[in-house]
Amino acid sequence: MIKHLLSIDQLDREAIVRILDTAESFREVGTRVIKKVPALRGRTVVNLFYENSTRTRISFEIAAKRLSADVINFATAGSSVAKGESLKDTALTLQAMGADAIVIRHSSSGAPLTLSRWVTASVLNAGDGTHEHPTQALLDLFTIREHFASFEGLRVAVVGDVRHSRVARSLTLGVARVGGQVTLVGPPTLIPPEAPAWGAEVSYDLDAVLPKADVCYMLRVQRERQRQQFFPSIREYSRLWGLSRARVDALPDGALIMHPGPMNRGVEIASDVADLPRSVITDQVTNGIAVRMSLLYLMLGGARVANHVLAADAEGAPGE
Amino acid sequence: MSERVLFRGARLIDPASNHRDRTDVLVEDEEVGGVGPGLSSARAEVIDCDGLVLAPGLVDLHAHLREPGFEHKETVESGSRAAAAGGFTAVCAMPNTDPVADNAAVVIEVRNLADKAGLCDVHPAGAITRGLQGETLTDIAEMAEHGVRLFTDDHNCVQSSRVMRLALEYAKAFEVVIAQHAQDASLSEGWQMHEGYYSSLLGLTGAPGEAESIVVARDLALARLTAGRLHVTHVSAADSVRLLRDGRERGIRVSADVTPHHLALTDGDLIGYDTSLRVNPPLRTSEDRDALRAALADGTLDAVATDHAPHAPEEKEQEFDQSPPGTIGLETALAVVLTELVGPGLIELPAAIERLSLGPARILGLDDQGGPVAPGRPANLVVFDPSTEWTVGDRPFQSQARNSAFTGRRLRGCVLHTMLRGRFTVKEGQPTR
Repeated sequence: MIKHLLSIDQLDREAIVRILDTAESFREVGTRVIKKVPALRGRTVVNLFYENSTRTRISFEIAAKRLSADVINFATAGSSVAKGESLKDTALTLQAMGADAIVIRHSSSGAPLTLSRWVTASVLNAGDGTHEHPTQALLDLFTIREHFASFEGLRVAVVGDVRHSRVARSLTLGVARVGGQVTLVGPPTLIPPEAPAWGAEVSYDLDAVLPKADVCYMLRVQRERQRQQFFPSIREYSRLWGLSRARVDALPDGALIMHPGPMNRGVEIASDVADLPRSVITDQVTNGIAVRMSLLYLMLGGARVANHVLAADAEGAPGE
Repeated sequence: MSERVLFRGARLIDPASNHRDRTDVLVEDEEVGGVGPGLSSARAEVIDCDGLVLAPGLVDLHAHLREPGFEHKETVESGSRAAAAGGFTAVCAMPNTDPVADNAAVVIEVRNLADKAGLCDVHPAGAITRGLQGETLTDIAEMAEHGVRLFTDDHNCVQSSRVMRLALEYAKAFEVVIAQHAQDASLSEGWQMHEGYYSSLLGLTGAPGEAESIVVARDLALARLTAGRLHVTHVSAADSVRLLRDGRERGIRVSADVTPHHLALTDGDLIGYDTSLRVNPPLRTSEDRDALRAALADGTLDAVATDHAPHAPEEKEQEFDQSPPGTIGLETALAVVLTELVGPGLIELPAAIERLSLGPARILGLDDQGGPVAPGRPANLVVFDPSTEWTVGDRPFQSQARNSAFTGRRLRGCVLHTMLRGRFTVKEGQPTR
């Protein structure tokens, strides 16, 4: 398994399938009364979050705790970073304290890669700038796989602010890697003209794409983009690229509605659409824990010490 | 002070005299004493130059020596030492110091610091506008009286068409050149690299080549309007080259330079977020690079200029978007040109030497630099071994900084001796002071 997870591009198809298969086993742990296995007992996972994040940080924290790792949450506000400590010195400090894995969220694209050059711990990219969010893409693939027999030929429409979306980059590369086909949809100002080179198709017409989509993946649109003039008004954006109730009817039967969260209800997605049965947005959150358990387990070599635990603990008994 | 030195059997590449054959060069006191085969070595220190090239000392139009104000990055002395180690005998120091070189006092201070170091002639550039703010012209005449030949707001681009027009117009009275760092501010807001496939993949904010070429087009129009003298520094985009070529054909008084890193590297090299490769203007595509190479060879681009931009390690060892742009370049410029352009046959060695010495000396109006290497001329010389290979970073930099875009790369061509007015500033590869 890879040492660091910095980009979805590092993973070949087999590696992705292995991560999802392993996550399958771990998802069951979350259904037990005692949701814990001892796979990473004695290992230390640091959540290093330079950017606010509720769902990703908590998801990683729960994942590590369910594997019995010791989890340190290092939020930069009020920390040594707020006192001006550099990423390098923070990295060397965490290294000196014996971190086995560092989960990093950072507003600068490439920060996880830079960090990985300074530490021996495994680095997991929990979202870097407008670059990538590989664990999100993996949990999305996991969620899609629950509903479709195969990724082959699967049609995924990714709708919204592709230009600034780390989720869109990782998901596009990930879906292409497992054999699916992504169409990026949004205003031309928010889709890089080079996007076809990522292996995606591009459309500016959501209504033309929806009838052919197996998955309709809505991206969060920040209101700041309107202020930056990427589109003239929220109203116009919502009218052209928002997923309304009427548009849902254009989707084929069985098509899924997904969103990485947090949602802007009423902007990119109508409120009642988000709560439809075919919307799997909360499943994405649940699956995120299993996928992150799988990654921590595989990357920290948990497989060596704890392969037997999963089998033996199927009854729900704690492993420790 | 004075020395009598015989460079024996060097291949003399002297663009000003078109000399390109093996010969002896005698240096007496501060001047070239003789050029020709079989010169007498009486009372002279003999330097065997078999297999070596002797050329006029190199001239850099664009170096940030950082002093005053940013001595933690570089000083005039350490920058001069780096220049000498790279074979330079004259550099033009950029004005974005603190205080800004927008008045004669700072110009005089920089020159005094350079004289004290005594390793390289330093010609301070003056700011076009006060505080590099792009609004109010500086006292150009007073700085010109103190020897300033080139004015630039480098690091900033003069955004206002009116201010740029007035600068080009006003400067005509003093035979100085207005040099522009061409970059449209609104098209390059928040930029981190060239806008293209790689920026889209890396999630870094891009600035398109058009952010540069739009300003080049405007400035050419203003140079034509004013009959002023324009220099475009560190050209990076193929479109700019096209505009410059067209401008020259139309008789506009324009010159231009290009950096070694834009001649050698592309935006694809940023795939590892290496902050040493974060430069301003950004590295562009291989098509842009190829256009720059061709333009240097055909003379559309007059000079190679380093844009030597030293930074402290802690400034560069940061997240990509938080690190300041710039690479050092004085100590690698010659070798990069030899390796990337002369080696593959993209430019002849004499033309390459011209772009590194006589070409920039002419733009700065320096009569004592760039050759010819002839009796009675100031002995500003460089001797280099064109075939020795070395790895950048293996030996310490003479610059106080080490943020080189070429660290780890194999280059061919190594400076052995640099001589400033008959005195070695570098001998056997080592600075003499």
